[in-house]
Amino acid sequence: MAKKELLKVDGLKQYFPIKGGMMGRTVNHVKAVDDISFTIYEGETVSIVGESGCGKSTTGRAILRLEEPTEGTVTFNGHELTSLSKREMRKLRKDLQIIFQDPYASINPRQTVADVLDEAMTIQKVLPAKERRKRIIELLETVGLNEYQADRYPHEFSGGQRQRIGIARALSVNPKLIICDEAVSALDVSIQAQVLNLLQELQKDFKLTYLFISHDLGVVRHISDRVIVMYLGKIVEIGDKYSIFENPKHPYTKALLSAIPVPDPTREKKHIVLTGDVPSPIDPPTGCRFHTRCPFAQEKCKVDVPELSTHASMINGHEAACHFVEEIENGTLQAEGFEEAVF
Amino acid sequence: MVQHTPVVGIGQKRSSPRVEAYKTFWRRLRKNKAAVVGGVLILLFVLTGIFGPFFTTGDPNATQISNKLAPPSGEHWFGTDNYGRDIFTRIIHGMGITMKVGFLSVALGGTVGVILGIFSGYYGGPLDTFIMRAMDILLAFPGILLALAIVSVLGGSLQNVIIAVGVFSVPAFARIVRGSTLTVRKLEYIDAVKALGASDARIIFKHILPNVLSPIIVQLTLRIATAVLTASGLAFLGLGAKPPTPEWGAMLNEGRAYMQQAPHLVLFPGIMIVLVVLAFNIFGDGLRDALDPKMNK
Repeated sequence: MAKKELLKVDGLKQYFPIKGGMMGRTVNHVKAVDDISFTIYEGETVSIVGESGCGKSTTGRAILRLEEPTEGTVTFNGHELTSLSKREMRKLRKDLQIIFQDPYASINPRQTVADVLDEAMTIQKVLPAKERRKRIIELLETVGLNEYQADRYPHEFSGGQRQRIGIARALSVNPKLIICDEAVSALDVSIQAQVLNLLQELQKDFKLTYLFISHDLGVVRHISDRVIVMYLGKIVEIGDKYSIFENPKHPYTKALLSAIPVPDPTREKKHIVLTGDVPSPIDPPTGCRFHTRCPFAQEKCKVDVPELSTHASMINGHEAACHFVEEIENGTLQAEGFEEAVF
Repeated sequence: MVQHTPVVGIGQKRSSPRVEAYKTFWRRLRKNKAAVVGGVLILLFVLTGIFGPFFTTGDPNATQISNKLAPPSGEHWFGTDNYGRDIFTRIIHGMGITMKVGFLSVALGGTVGVILGIFSGYYGGPLDTFIMRAMDILLAFPGILLALAIVSVLGGSLQNVIIAVGVFSVPAFARIVRGSTLTVRKLEYIDAVKALGASDARIIFKHILPNVLSPIIVQLTLRIATAVLTASGLAFLGLGAKPPTPEWGAMLNEGRAYMQQAPHLVLFPGIMIVLVVLAFNIFGDGLRDALDPKMNK
């Protein structure tokens, strides 16, 4: 079966202006997302991982035009979203939904669950008013809530239940793509598992495509088909789940993966400890953005921006943005001042 | 304090958080003695303003030259003025005018201010800058001076006083509402309805306005006090209602010349102005405390 492109992001940039001075002039920009491109195929789950401030949430918001992107194109199902008028975009929003991180802030405290779902259907004219009540009950049951909870207010629910309401809201307009922006990060682990399983079941039942934004590598490993690793507004590595987790090529991905705890006290594990902080996205490093913290950094890394590229040992569209993938691989390039703590 | 959570059976519709919030609000407001006094006074003033004229005997402008400057007595409770007019009757009739000026001007200023503030906060950018700089210009003038200027341009009449006082209340509302809108706009549920394709009008009126109401209500109450004071000030300067309208500020001005022989001419209108302003101020303060979620007790 040929894979059908559902969402294609090309050269997406999101710069936030910093205003300053007497006249409120733009003195600089926070380069939250800086020229990223990727494609999502129908029915798959793609995750974006990276540490705080790397631009993963901003990417999600820019795709939905919750924040107007500075540059680049987002093509969804043949429609170029960034060039649509606000009115045309509103109609298309039916197909692209989002589930938020904070289940306590993502529902208007003054609306009952039924109100929330009803409003969603009213906005997108999903069903005639008479049939909506039935659909609301159906939706609640789909996400594991009950009919008697329809007329309750958000404060009467737990975090996990609220997240289910958020999922029901997203489902109410029959979307094709759902962006899960840290959708389970605020929940505790047992609830996380429940919600993740629910998301997977829904994907099967409704043929959904997910863009899953998370910093939790365990969750990402569980749910993804493909993974995008971001660092400071750029994609450093992209590939299927197996490639990223078992055969990481970019030094940053390696460091990130070594931070996953392993539930085996007897196993000696090498931790790659990165030193220093993430540089400021206002004035990112030249060349490779990771060179300030990379143990393999060479002169070239400070000057040339590495492009995503594939190498001999990489399969299935696995790409990394590093100048020295092969040299690191065959050991001709050794890490300098690299802390390898053994725990 | 112990939180009383009502026990509600499965499936039973629970009271909305709005109803719950009202209950908490009432409980807190009732505890505040000063606010209760202010509220009762306001109610009394409003009722007097509406129904008072039907109960007082006679015309507020009926003169009785033979009985001028009479001190308070059983027949003339607050005495008579320099034309022999009954001051009590004039005060009761003036109540309606004062209330009308207070409520109408604040309604006008509040409506315009809230709309400007919400648009400013919601859309941001150049529109925000433009609106807020215009508000800064209005705020740069002392209130009474601005009202004076507007009335001088439009001409002195009750209607123009209402407009003038309304205009000078606009910036206070615009600023407060803009601030609250900025906070609410950033909440995730606003993004959620935006992602569902809601129009700006729906977001503003259905999701933002209800969540910025409490500061607006407090400001409305406090602003009425200021409006009453400004309107009286204008009338005192001869720029408000034309004589012989029984406006309290105008009465103060007329009585000023007789302050030595007959102090009751200025005493009673003065006391009334103070009472009205005080009542709205303490009630407004009480409202603010009762509506403040941080004072959760």
